[in-house]
Amino acid sequence: MPNLKELMQHESFFSPGHRMCAGCVAPLVVRQVALAVGDTPVVVANATGCLEVASTIFPYTAWRCSFIHNAFANAAATLSGVETAYRALKKQGKINKEIKFIAFGGDGGTYDIGLQSLSGAMERGHNMLYICYDNGAYMNTGIQRSSATPLFADTTTSPAGQVSSGKSQWRKDLTAIMAAHNIPYAAQVAPSHFMDLMTKVQKALSVDGPSFINAMAHCPRGWRYDTREGVELTRLSVETCYWPLYEVDHGKWKLSYKPKEKKPIETWIRKQGRFRHLFTDKGQTEIKWLQQRVDEEWSKLLERCKEVG
Amino acid sequence: MLQERIALTGNEAMALAMKQINPDVVAAYPITPQTEIVQLFSSYVANGMVKTEFITVESEHSAMSAVVGAAASGVRAMTATSSQGLAYMFEVLYIAASNQLPIVMPVVNRALSGPINIHGDHSDTMGARDAGWIQLYSENTQEAYDNLIQAIRIAEHSDVQLPVMVCMDGFIISHALENLEILADEDVQQFIGEFIPHRPTLLNLDSPVTVGPLALYDYYMEIKRAQAEAMMRAKPVIRQVGQEYKALTGRCYDLLEPYKLDDADIAIVVLSSTAGTTRVVVDELRQEGVKAGVLKPRVFRPFPYEEIREVLAPVKAIAILDRADSYAGFGGPLFKEIRAALYDAPARPPVVNYIYGLGGRDANLNDIRAVYRDLDKIAATGWTDQLVRYLGVREEAIVHA
Repeated sequence: MPNLKELMQHESFFSPGHRMCAGCVAPLVVRQVALAVGDTPVVVANATGCLEVASTIFPYTAWRCSFIHNAFANAAATLSGVETAYRALKKQGKINKEIKFIAFGGDGGTYDIGLQSLSGAMERGHNMLYICYDNGAYMNTGIQRSSATPLFADTTTSPAGQVSSGKSQWRKDLTAIMAAHNIPYAAQVAPSHFMDLMTKVQKALSVDGPSFINAMAHCPRGWRYDTREGVELTRLSVETCYWPLYEVDHGKWKLSYKPKEKKPIETWIRKQGRFRHLFTDKGQTEIKWLQQRVDEEWSKLLERCKEVG
Repeated sequence: MLQERIALTGNEAMALAMKQINPDVVAAYPITPQTEIVQLFSSYVANGMVKTEFITVESEHSAMSAVVGAAASGVRAMTATSSQGLAYMFEVLYIAASNQLPIVMPVVNRALSGPINIHGDHSDTMGARDAGWIQLYSENTQEAYDNLIQAIRIAEHSDVQLPVMVCMDGFIISHALENLEILADEDVQQFIGEFIPHRPTLLNLDSPVTVGPLALYDYYMEIKRAQAEAMMRAKPVIRQVGQEYKALTGRCYDLLEPYKLDDADIAIVVLSSTAGTTRVVVDELRQEGVKAGVLKPRVFRPFPYEEIREVLAPVKAIAILDRADSYAGFGGPLFKEIRAALYDAPARPPVVNYIYGLGGRDANLNDIRAVYRDLDKIAATGWTDQLVRYLGVREEAIVHA
């Protein structure tokens, strides 16, 4: 892969001037993907969500490439139609250029309402890359819990209260679920580790068949932190092993990054308002549980990747 | 024009028409009573009889979503469904229409749950009547076949560019064997012509396009107005395509199909297969000197209100048969719209409603005769105190499931 300086020479398929919040990482993920794609023509599909509503306000669009938004649950199905139309025209000799197909969806549109559509598209083997930007809640509608929301996070539908410590379930392990579809490539990324992200996008686009990338994407509104600290927080999600970076390349699990020193989960959650309620005498138990579960999940992953713990 | 006469079920006729249309992309999901269409089409694909790329989606929601994606990419794309499947597509139906994508879809009419029921009524497509799709209703196998072929031309016409659903009664037509005349493949191809995208497409790399943007109060109304205009423009196009199809096949298709209405005192308005039953009763009644007639609307969207008013205005009493209730306490959808269309008639005839055939209940000759007897009385007095009635229901045995 060319270095960052060379990559920056390309015109991104995602232009500035969109209306995402200051400090939002979703456009950062998209821009890093665009850098990785370079000059390859792409068609993008986007599930309803922050990225879609803030980048396509009629009559404007932030997308220099062709783009389709259909509804909330169906980005993968919609793109499977586009990709199939492409194959049809290619077979008929009416189109000969190589085009790549990329879908973006938030965690609500991917883990929850769009899971069936995504699962179907992956199982059918369409040549497409689906990228989830996981900010851990329905941020577009005002921070409601999704199945990606971390344990104990305070959201507007899992509020911390007198008898509640916030969300009471561990998040769904979507990357593993996608890997279990036996697709050629699935990976987890974070924009704080941008070379890793871009390398994985290129790998994902080079395979024959469907691929899936899950990107940790902080949201200043939902996570409640100082916008300047966004990328740092994403880095901490990796350093604490809450969000490990790994890939499943043709069924082979491989850890992409192992922190030299695994940081306590507290260093990540302390900086976020959504966990503020845990920082009381009572909350210490919850923090312990959280740490215990992070450790368990990390050990499981190390085992899967045949790494020594 | 060389036409072959063969016997096919409604589903086979629809599948054959789809094969002859030979779309670029089909995405479909099985549901009773549409399943045969999907099965037959899959076999055409498996045997290389069509050029179609077939997407075996995991749901109807994804079927319509994939077809929207394909149509927005600039290819001819089709699907087919029934009942719950159509309901499952609901949100995407509106998006297909709003994006003005010329998708054509056979719908094999089946009752909506609950209670779950697999047989024919119109609650599915009537539920989607405001989705922005053109709706053609077919009386028999021949019409289902002919409507599907014409639907391609209507949907893709530059003045229209709207999706079309071609409706056919589940089981009554979909599974009944009838004789029909079919066209040769090349004649169908010549009639429908090459697919020409009229809007910018996703796969044209020279001019990228954003499909499905966010449009708020500053643009939403203009976009919806354009869509409404397209629906109004569809009316002359449907007629013109019908004329051309007549020139090709000798079979005549218009917005409405009146039968013995010119001098009728009493008339029934009914969609799809029950129109045939009703014509039999009309012939009987005419023998007895009763001036009875039938109006079968072929097109429900766009709603041909002027044409309906013109043919029904001179009639003395009219019964609208609805194979769907709208649970408004004021009859079915066909009733309400036709009654409204007659508001501007010089002498407003009495218009009553019969909800019939729900969940596939038979509407037999006796049921229809009873309606004409009621009409006779209403025509004589010019008045009735019962606007909405249920036909063929055991009123004494109403149950809660």
